[in-house]
Amino acid sequence: MNLVNSIKSVSSWIIIGCIAAIMPLIFDSYFALTLLSKMGVLVMFTVAYNMLLGQGGMLSFGHAIYFGFAGYVSVHILNGIGEEFLPYFPIVLFPIIGAIVGAFLGVIIGYLSTRRAGTAFAMISLGFCEMATAFTLIFVVFFNGEDGIQTDRMVGPEPFGVSFGPQIEVYYLILFWTLLTVVLMYLITKTPFGRMSNAVRDNPERAAFIGYNVRHVRWIAFTLSAMFAGAAGSLHAINYEHIGFESVSVIQSGQVLFMAFIGGVGHFLGPIIGAIGLTYLDSILLDYTEAWLLYLGVTFSVIVAFAPGGLAGLIVMHGPIANTNKSLLLGLVKPYLSAIGSTILGVLGFIGIIEMLYFKSLISKGEGEIIIYWTEFNANGLLSWALFIGMIIAGILLSKITYRQAKESWDNAMSVVKSEISS
Amino acid sequence: MDVFLFTLFNGILYGMLLFMLSSGLTLIFGMMGVLNFAHASFYMLGAYFAYQISEYVGFYPALIIAPLIIAFLGAYVERYGLRRVHKFGHVAELLFTFGLFYIIEEIVQMVWGKVPVGYHIPPSMDFSLFNLMGTSYPAYQIFVLTVSVFIFAGLFAVLTKTRAGLIIKAALTHPETVSALGHNVPKVFMMVFGLGCGLAGLAGVLAGNTLGTEPAMAFMLGPIVFVVIVVGGLGSLKGALVASLLIGVMQTFAVSMDYSLNSLISLLGFSFDAESLWRIFVDLTISQLAPVLPYLLLVVMLIARPRGLFGTRDV
Repeated sequence: MNLVNSIKSVSSWIIIGCIAAIMPLIFDSYFALTLLSKMGVLVMFTVAYNMLLGQGGMLSFGHAIYFGFAGYVSVHILNGIGEEFLPYFPIVLFPIIGAIVGAFLGVIIGYLSTRRAGTAFAMISLGFCEMATAFTLIFVVFFNGEDGIQTDRMVGPEPFGVSFGPQIEVYYLILFWTLLTVVLMYLITKTPFGRMSNAVRDNPERAAFIGYNVRHVRWIAFTLSAMFAGAAGSLHAINYEHIGFESVSVIQSGQVLFMAFIGGVGHFLGPIIGAIGLTYLDSILLDYTEAWLLYLGVTFSVIVAFAPGGLAGLIVMHGPIANTNKSLLLGLVKPYLSAIGSTILGVLGFIGIIEMLYFKSLISKGEGEIIIYWTEFNANGLLSWALFIGMIIAGILLSKITYRQAKESWDNAMSVVKSEISS
Repeated sequence: MDVFLFTLFNGILYGMLLFMLSSGLTLIFGMMGVLNFAHASFYMLGAYFAYQISEYVGFYPALIIAPLIIAFLGAYVERYGLRRVHKFGHVAELLFTFGLFYIIEEIVQMVWGKVPVGYHIPPSMDFSLFNLMGTSYPAYQIFVLTVSVFIFAGLFAVLTKTRAGLIIKAALTHPETVSALGHNVPKVFMMVFGLGCGLAGLAGVLAGNTLGTEPAMAFMLGPIVFVVIVVGGLGSLKGALVASLLIGVMQTFAVSMDYSLNSLISLLGFSFDAESLWRIFVDLTISQLAPVLPYLLLVVMLIARPRGLFGTRDV
């Protein structure tokens, strides 16, 4: 049984890797390539972050410190090699430098902040992040203030003709490291240390009574997480050939928190889903709407309030049903579709209202023509407001019915599953 | 001397502003364990509401109305948002308010735009109250100081002398017992949350016209308020006061000090003409370091005394 499981798990990682490897062959535009590279880096960063939040139960508002500082160091070393001030170091191994920087900072900051988990830890992490951001603006010599530092990744010899000039070569570099580190982090969750980290998250007192030093467990988890975040930061710097103070700031930390939590912190795949999905939406929607951060904040708050398991949590909810009796899933399709439909109706109305409000306050000068959903609306006309408000109300009213039905059908399916298991 | 006095005054003023923010936050934290990331957002909303209301009815009604609206808004957030999240634990509550922080900032940008709004000191208060050795001191600053001292005295009086304060303090440590005695503890929580947000709103009303009313103002003050309540000791009102004044005075003095390590060296009679990388360290002035000082204090506190000045447990 154990062997079957591990074969299953290894083969699923290989499949994921293969899909990621052929992606640039299907989507070969420059935009797609940069997007895929960014996704790779952020997947790595988010999974590293989840080692802390999901596995260790420590909510950090300052994880960008390790990401950003590793980026700064990498950029400086790249520049040093370029100016022949430093000896050559292969680009392929740069994430190791980042990992060392991250681990170094993680040891120090982790020592100071892991006495307690929970809200106190979160507050302290925010303090450290603010301090790091302020330092990047003060020490101009090293960080170059608000401009950040440029670099050129094409330095030194080109082994096997790989110069890392073209984006595609960088993509495969990122892919290699992302797969390697994500699998490593997955394996760490399976080790006794990973289990201990979960135990400390769930009940620190009991973990302490078994004889573990709770603070040490947190400290190690913190350092490991910072180490992987540093490796991701190094790749980030190579990918953009630039690093700026914003990659150290709370904005970057908040972004990784959003990705991990919306994806789902309780499951290993959650942060991966979140990172890929949000990076995609981020780059697509930023051109269309001014209010992207507002939608993100609302989505995040709704997920925190109603589905704390995130998207992965919603999927995992159906694991027992799929395992015992797949035909039960078919019965769930209809109530789910109607629930999703009513949600979409309400959400579309909400987005319409927000877009028109934004339009009126920021853009509108004179004419009230606004294009929402590829259709022209008049932001000054009563009709378009009435339409969207009507959609919201209809969405809410329908949701009240359809959500209850969806929940009932899930409960029914689960009770069938329970009786099947017990019999 | 006059510069010293004025800086001290400004420092105390800034400290009292920090206290108005941190008192609510630390009360809420001590009582419910809820860390409100959006606390500074209510401060920002206070400034914007005051701006909008004073456009219609003037500054003084706005001084009363805006904090009241914020207090109700805060109570509403607690009742319909936080209470729902409560069952998932304190970290979920913090995450919820983190989302709220983003939402409020975006809504403010949507309604009032991304540039600062023209929220000014009321004309009736726009004169210099006294001249001290040739430098004038604005009356509005004194007004703010007076209001904040009254608020502070009122808060202490309510908490120590009244029955409501007794219930609040009891609910801080023994919520189950207070509940068993027939008090509606969730309602007490809601009202304290509203009160805290209202105080933050009041701070916004008072400070928005001197510090600037813009969408980034919540983020500029929010992390410092967190530092204040960690340094003061989580849940301790007295600690919040001392830490606020400490950080306020320290930062205000630091901004006006142009000394660097180099000036200390030259004071001792040496001259240090560093060429290389060390130059940035010896030439760094204290005023440049001012934004980092609260966080350095946080780090020092974490090493030397993790429970904070007046706290009862380690962080």
